[in-house]
Amino acid sequence: MNDPRDFIAHEAALLDERRFDDWLALFADDGHYWVPLLGAAQADPFSHNSLAYEDRLLLQLRVERLKNPRAHSQHPASHSQHVLQPSRIEEEAADEVRLRTPFLYVEARGDDQILLSGTARHHLIRTPTGWSIREKRIDLLNATRALPAIQLFI
Amino acid sequence: MTTYRNRPDLVAALVRDDRVHRDLYLSDELFALEQERLFANTWVFLGHASQVPEAGDFVTQEIAGRPLLMVRQPDGAVHVMYNRCAHKGTQLVTDESGNTGRFFRCPYHAWTYKLDGAPLGLPLKNGYEGTQLKACESGQGLSVVKHVKVYRDFVFVRLADAGPSFEDYFGDVLGALDNMVDRSPEGKLTVGGGVLRNIVHCNWKMYLENINDTVHPMSTHESATKAAEALWEGHAPTDPKPMAMEQILPFGSGYEFFDKMGGRVFANGHSVLGVNFSIHSNYAQLPEYEAAMQAAHGVERATNILQRSPQNSVLYPSLSVKGSPQAIRVIRPLAANRTLIEAWSFRAAGAPALLFERAMSYNRLVFSPMSVVAHDDVHLFESIQQGLRAGGNEWVSLHRNHDPAETQQATVTTNGTNELLMRNQFRAWAKAMTVEATA
Ligand code: FES
Ligand SMILES: [Fe+2]
Repeated sequence: MNDPRDFIAHEAALLDERRFDDWLALFADDGHYWVPLLGAAQADPFSHNSLAYEDRLLLQLRVERLKNPRAHSQHPASHSQHVLQPSRIEEEAADEVRLRTPFLYVEARGDDQILLSGTARHHLIRTPTGWSIREKRIDLLNATRALPAIQLFI
Repeated sequence: MTTYRNRPDLVAALVRDDRVHRDLYLSDELFALEQERLFANTWVFLGHASQVPEAGDFVTQEIAGRPLLMVRQPDGAVHVMYNRCAHKGTQLVTDESGNTGRFFRCPYHAWTYKLDGAPLGLPLKNGYEGTQLKACESGQGLSVVKHVKVYRDFVFVRLADAGPSFEDYFGDVLGALDNMVDRSPEGKLTVGGGVLRNIVHCNWKMYLENINDTVHPMSTHESATKAAEALWEGHAPTDPKPMAMEQILPFGSGYEFFDKMGGRVFANGHSVLGVNFSIHSNYAQLPEYEAAMQAAHGVERATNILQRSPQNSVLYPSLSVKGSPQAIRVIRPLAANRTLIEAWSFRAAGAPALLFERAMSYNRLVFSPMSVVAHDDVHLFESIQQGLRAGGNEWVSLHRNHDPAETQQATVTTNGTNELLMRNQFRAWAKAMTVEATA
């Protein structure tokens, strides 16, 4: 999987298949998952809050929580579907690449379904075993509006 | 179907000494009456003065179904008006916030108003000569909210003409706001970092009850706390924790911890949970911050301020305060089965950046739509909202530690797991709901 665009598609597929451990393994040790509260307008995760800003420790916590049978909100379980537009490479260097991928994201649970849209921006670094995520940033179209619970990973 | 509107006796009968009827959470008619009465008769949190620092700055906000406009005046005062043009009712501004300059100009026919709502001008003036416009309401400019209180920059409104004064209504629970503001060595807070907004499909009272519910964390939050404990295993209790761990792990405390933290109720539904200590008590202290606090307040008072870190203080019916970590939740009912919950973070002037980081981190972990802790709460609220439709038992139990004598005093201090804190909210509900609104 040398083409980073294939990596992006793979990453989303792991989430939709609920292979969360495999998904987490794609992150670099210093990797972050970030959903800014201002969407694309936000400069950094420190001066303004975020819907989520998580390092590997917190992502791990989420993944472990989802495995616990007493994760009440997962009765019934949530399922996701990422519908990705083709990724565009924004910046490329010898051992890193930045891509943007517009998407629709559907999360379904019981009779309810939520639909989110936006652009995922990946910062990937090349490692001996392949690409790894330094940052996955999700700029939601309506990040600042009131949202219902988002249970899985956009 | 109108059952309750003209029957205060039926409304009052929904709240018994130790239980409440399910209609409180389900009835659309009661929701409409709450908008007309409860949210008009009481003092409701509107916003914070730091949102409108300059003259002409405004914030729009709906309270009890009324579109309102909070505006900074040229003389520095904060006014609240109805966001409704005096001509035909157009909302003067539809952005959430902004600056209108020196006057408001209605987008429809260009009537203009001063920042305090007084009429300024209108086109085709001659056309109004000889008419009764000036004498009638439409000629008076924007309707103003008469009862506005800016308390240490927290802005509250009472929409009804008659009702208790701000101080009489809140009484000693205002100490919770004082404590939060006093945590700034300069006595000043500013809203920062944006507001996290959640739509929860449950009745607003259920959410407010849960703010005082100390028996649920062990069972409700087991998945999150067990995951956190497993990841933190092997660390000594004294090891410095990442902020997220410092904030999540205490949710797993046992029943005894929550019972001993203590609670206090005040007249009109207000309460403080965690009068002795709370899940926020053991955040790492910062020597330079303590020094700044001591310089500002003196050693003894600084210690008192910093040691007081209740779990939640409820300023009934719409505001919940966490002095440490400098966060508030605002409860904004949308329908009988739909509630908007906002989580705001504050910067404390003169305090280190870490405090603000703590507020944002806490809100993100616990109150974001992508929270790792709240998913289980929200799921259960939504589950209750469905479950209450079941027949058979029409009552919600609030019996825990009920004591028939508890209504004798306005302020009662008790154990932390006592459902008195919830009973107290419902007694206030019944009181406010059976008084007719006057405006
Ligand atoms: S409605 Fe505002 S000017 Fe006509
Ligand atoms: Fe909870």
